[in-house]
Amino acid sequence: MTSKQKIEKNKSFHDNDSKKSTKTLNSSNSTTRSLGKNEHLELFRKMYLIRQFENACGQNYANGNIRGFLHLYSGQEATGVGSLSSLKDSDYIVTHYRDHGHALARGIDVNRSMAELFGKKTGLSKGKGGSMHLFDASKKFMGGHAIVGGQLPLAAGLALSQQYDKKDGITICFFGDGSTNQGIYHETLNLAAVWNLPILFFLENNMYGMGSSIERVRAGGLDFFPAMNTYEIPSMEVDGMDVLAVREATEIAREKILKEKKPFFIESKTFRFVGHSYADGQKYRNQDEVIKWEQKDPIIVYPNKLIDMKITTNDEINNIKTEVDNVINDAVKFANESEEPSLNEIFTDILAE
Amino acid sequence: MPEITIREALKIALNEAMENDEKVFIMGEDIGEYGGAYAVTDGFLKKFGSRRIKDTPISEQAFVGAGIGAAVGGLRPVIELMSISFSLVAFDQIVNMAGNIRYMSGGQISVPMVIRAPTGAGVQLAATHSQSFETWLAEVPGIKVVCPSNSYDALGLMRSAIKDNNPVIFAEPALLYGSKSNIPNEYFEVNLGDANVMKEGDDITIVSYGYGSKVLSDSAKKLESIGIKPELIDLRSLNPIDYQTIIHSIQKTNRLVLVDTARKTGGIMAEISANINEKAGEWLDGPIVRVGSKDVPWPYNKNLEQEVLTDSNNILDTIKVSYGI
Repeated sequence: MTSKQKIEKNKSFHDNDSKKSTKTLNSSNSTTRSLGKNEHLELFRKMYLIRQFENACGQNYANGNIRGFLHLYSGQEATGVGSLSSLKDSDYIVTHYRDHGHALARGIDVNRSMAELFGKKTGLSKGKGGSMHLFDASKKFMGGHAIVGGQLPLAAGLALSQQYDKKDGITICFFGDGSTNQGIYHETLNLAAVWNLPILFFLENNMYGMGSSIERVRAGGLDFFPAMNTYEIPSMEVDGMDVLAVREATEIAREKILKEKKPFFIESKTFRFVGHSYADGQKYRNQDEVIKWEQKDPIIVYPNKLIDMKITTNDEINNIKTEVDNVINDAVKFANESEEPSLNEIFTDILAE
Repeated sequence: MPEITIREALKIALNEAMENDEKVFIMGEDIGEYGGAYAVTDGFLKKFGSRRIKDTPISEQAFVGAGIGAAVGGLRPVIELMSISFSLVAFDQIVNMAGNIRYMSGGQISVPMVIRAPTGAGVQLAATHSQSFETWLAEVPGIKVVCPSNSYDALGLMRSAIKDNNPVIFAEPALLYGSKSNIPNEYFEVNLGDANVMKEGDDITIVSYGYGSKVLSDSAKKLESIGIKPELIDLRSLNPIDYQTIIHSIQKTNRLVLVDTARKTGGIMAEISANINEKAGEWLDGPIVRVGSKDVPWPYNKNLEQEVLTDSNNILDTIKVSYGI
């Protein structure tokens, strides 16, 4: 194994035998230029769609249309949109309970997603799963899982099925920093490495497992990716607030997984601007920290960069916002007006024929 | 009608499934190179190769979870746990993931998977290796639970379990791997959810499953010697439970005895007792009687263990006392 491999000058890539990457993958102006205008605008559109979806969820939680636990993705949009924009139809997606962003980034129907949160018959799971359990098997989106870390081996198993059937796809598994203290995290990393599974472990490090800062609950510092040496899983750190950097990191990871036939690990440093769940008063953190991270808000920073680089205009950005706002309003209307599931649904979908 | 052991019956079923369906594969701890803790998959690695016979690390959560994922991805995994006591380590995956994922996805996903696991006491493995958690797992709506007591059922149930599109817990009585019985030459399956009337009789219905059914056979002889003709029912399936067969029987005998070799408290027989009371209590001439192993951790010492474990004398004594015979 060679020592630390440099992908590009300003990006660091962490292979098995290096101790620590010195730099995080950030996008440069040249990577920004390498993408077409429509692709840029689509990335923005999706991030803005997620933000507005989450805002609408918050409002509808407050007015009682949405119940249960509600975990919003606001702030992490660049991570979900950037990563999923690099995946193909043949790839499986498995995620945690903060799953609205991934669902929308994958292109899952906005109306049916909102209807699921409203618990309606027209929801993705006919109102049986709710916010934490979004599924759309037709898009290989295999949940929405709400036991912290419990989704990790599911993803490994999906990757195993791809390897077994010699299919040309990977499985991406999103998990948060909170799940890394579960035993199943170690078990799955080890299993995937031993079996060379085509899986992309995608850590969304937002630095808080619910109300616990990783500083308080983790031994070994604030970086997770160096520990992948133990498993001989190549890894990379990326600026999770930078949609292009995340997109590129995922593209590199996907290629390597398929070419080298082994897992890969990305640590995306990101931040949620809102509480763990809607009920969270955020007593455990200082608002200064939140304000600091809001300076990196991808919904603001990214379009401004595109305007500065004359890739788009303020008007075009505003047009997208208006269009998305309408989509969200329509989704809320759709969910509101949809029927409740029939009581017969209680007894369906328990066992397969 | 060859006479074979339960171990051989399982081997036949697994071998057949591996030969007939490329989607079937087996994984678990030491099932390959070692040949399986109870030697059920001995020789499989050589025949089918490491792609389909997968030795796993000692990581029950990860490989049970990976089995679920593989099943969701279209394969048909057969997973071996070295003991059903170890299912505790993977309980979240079995219950929360395998049991709930279909419902939570509104029926978009199915999990065609078999989890095999030796169950029960009697071989001096002490408290952590002798329990019978098939009774706990039978409470979960999204998974099926079966347990054979003879070679015919082991073969027939396993054939059905592997073809089933749901997670199936296949509990194998550890005491019975070497137990022999006849199987027919022609192909057959045993439907998951059908109990078996092992022996017909008019006087008293006795229900059990797994190793308990074996104990029943001994009790029956003793009961017959004192002039009582029992009807013996082997549940074969703990979820679903074949209430129809039990009720049909008590309509004839008007008496019900429930026998479990698992601990008595909180077991499957408590559930059956309550249900029969609700569904068919009017057919009973006396109270439902339960016989189960003692409510203690399983001791290692042979004499102590045998004293805790339900045996045919316990059944006989309980029946005599309860019915004033």
